[in-house]
Amino acid sequence: MSEWLSILGDLDFSPLFISLKTGVVATIISFFLGIFAARKVIKAGPKVKAVADGLLTLPMVLPPTVAGFLLLLIFSRRRPIGIFLFENFNIKVVQSWLGCIVAATVIAFPLMYRNARAAFEQVDVNLVYAGRTLGMKEREIFWKVVVPNAGPGIVSGTILTFARALGEYGATSMLAGNIPGKTGTISQKIAMVIQDGDYVTAGIWVIIVTAIAFVIIAAMNLVSSKSKGMKQIKRW
Amino acid sequence: MIQINITKRFAGFCLHMDFEHESGCLGILGASGSGKSMTLKCIAGIEKPDQGRIVVGDRVLFDSEKKINLMPQQRRVGYLFQNYALFPNMTVEENIGVGIRDKKLRRQQAAAQIQRFQLTGLEKRYPGQLSGGQQQRVALARMMANEPELILLDEPFSALDGYLKEKLQHEMMEVLKDFPGDVLLVSHSRDDIYRFSPRVLAIDDGHVLQSGSIEDIFLSPLNYKVARLTGCNNISPAEKRGEYEVYAKEWDITLKTSRPVTEDIRYVGLRSHDIRTVSEDEEQNQGTPGENVFQMELLDVVESPFEYKYHMRAAGSSAAESIWWKTYKNLDKHAVPESFPRKLQIPKEKLLLLRE
Repeated sequence: MSEWLSILGDLDFSPLFISLKTGVVATIISFFLGIFAARKVIKAGPKVKAVADGLLTLPMVLPPTVAGFLLLLIFSRRRPIGIFLFENFNIKVVQSWLGCIVAATVIAFPLMYRNARAAFEQVDVNLVYAGRTLGMKEREIFWKVVVPNAGPGIVSGTILTFARALGEYGATSMLAGNIPGKTGTISQKIAMVIQDGDYVTAGIWVIIVTAIAFVIIAAMNLVSSKSKGMKQIKRW
Repeated sequence: MIQINITKRFAGFCLHMDFEHESGCLGILGASGSGKSMTLKCIAGIEKPDQGRIVVGDRVLFDSEKKINLMPQQRRVGYLFQNYALFPNMTVEENIGVGIRDKKLRRQQAAAQIQRFQLTGLEKRYPGQLSGGQQQRVALARMMANEPELILLDEPFSALDGYLKEKLQHEMMEVLKDFPGDVLLVSHSRDDIYRFSPRVLAIDDGHVLQSGSIEDIFLSPLNYKVARLTGCNNISPAEKRGEYEVYAKEWDITLKTSRPVTEDIRYVGLRSHDIRTVSEDEEQNQGTPGENVFQMELLDVVESPFEYKYHMRAAGSSAAESIWWKTYKNLDKHAVPESFPRKLQIPKEKLLLLRE
């Protein structure tokens, strides 16, 4: 017991904050990009739709290490885009916190996109038509009618996105590396201490991650049970 | 004043609507899948016709030749959806407010509509918390607040029945009375159309079958489909037998007509309320049997609260189909049905002579 306490006392909590920060930023980016992409894809023709949907969903289906490899190819400072970013804007993606965000966003984005799209497609199309005949601008219809009525789906999409971004491991370790205090996320910390045989520290982090995951799932259930009683039009 | 001439093709269906309407309420009567709603959607700008022209008043909303296609937002066409399509996430007040063109006057005008449609006290409610009648009033208020020049009503009563339907029809009529623009009402129900529209367009399979006044359509439908749409139950294939005489094949009887029988007659129709009984006095006074008087035998009788429906045929005939005769009765369960066999007259002026 005293051993546990001393370990807890000496514990470096930086992985928790790095993971949370990364998760929040990646979720915010995915939220807007995902909704934007979902809106564009819904309006596109069937061919464009098939291709775009495939590309946007790919990062979720690919092994994260493959995504990490592709991201390295793009952002490596020995490659054109990486060189361009560093020389013109002094932006460094590889081995940096920015890398954590890029990796987490790319991996988690499809969850947001797919949930948003499914939620939009369930909104009664007559609501959109009604908005048009009433003279509402398309953008107004989207933000005031479609998004609020797709609310529960969007909220659960956002939570799933956050959960995925929070736990991202494969792509992050390849792109951002595991620099303690800088890019060292919880997932990477667990992998590292287990390699050192430090099961107690690993256990503490596992408990922390499990607690966060549980809170997220509980929150999602609360939101979706609320949505059933949402102010929907009752039919006779 | 509305002028519509549009064509829109789908796989296995072609919509071609060509009609004009002077003023007031025009009813479009058609079975489901006949293209009624699609026509309204084209007028509102929700769907785009392949070609044609849509003019409301002096404004061209759509003209494929001149490449005019106004956005729905610019058309000033009010659309009342069957399920009302109220925004579930907005309060009554907000629902009505979205359509108000002058944003500065939004609050004030919304309040005026709320009062006009007797929604006072419900401003902060959501559509899901309203009764069916209240929802219709909100939908009407929202549409009127947008100041449309033309109103489209898409099957507004078909999801309702009984008392609520009658009540909402009455309310709707009160609202439409004060509306200066034109109204198009689409319905598969002849009752709705009869009640609202002095002018009627009967349509089927994307085409106009017949247009005219409500009396024209109901009293002299031109062909089989219009007769069916207007609720004629007895229709038999027919053959011309003389200038004023026609043979109804499925009823196996020859009927005198008041209108000359044309060469292209294919069917003869008879509304089930139009058959009349022959009184004993009449029989005795005339001595000879009257025109179109037949001895009928009963095949079956169906009782409903206010009606008897008799299935019958001419006695001794080899009729393939029965003729329906409906008589009014009161609720008395023991009301005695007519006794059969008996003599009945098919008044010749009530016969519908129908083309294909």
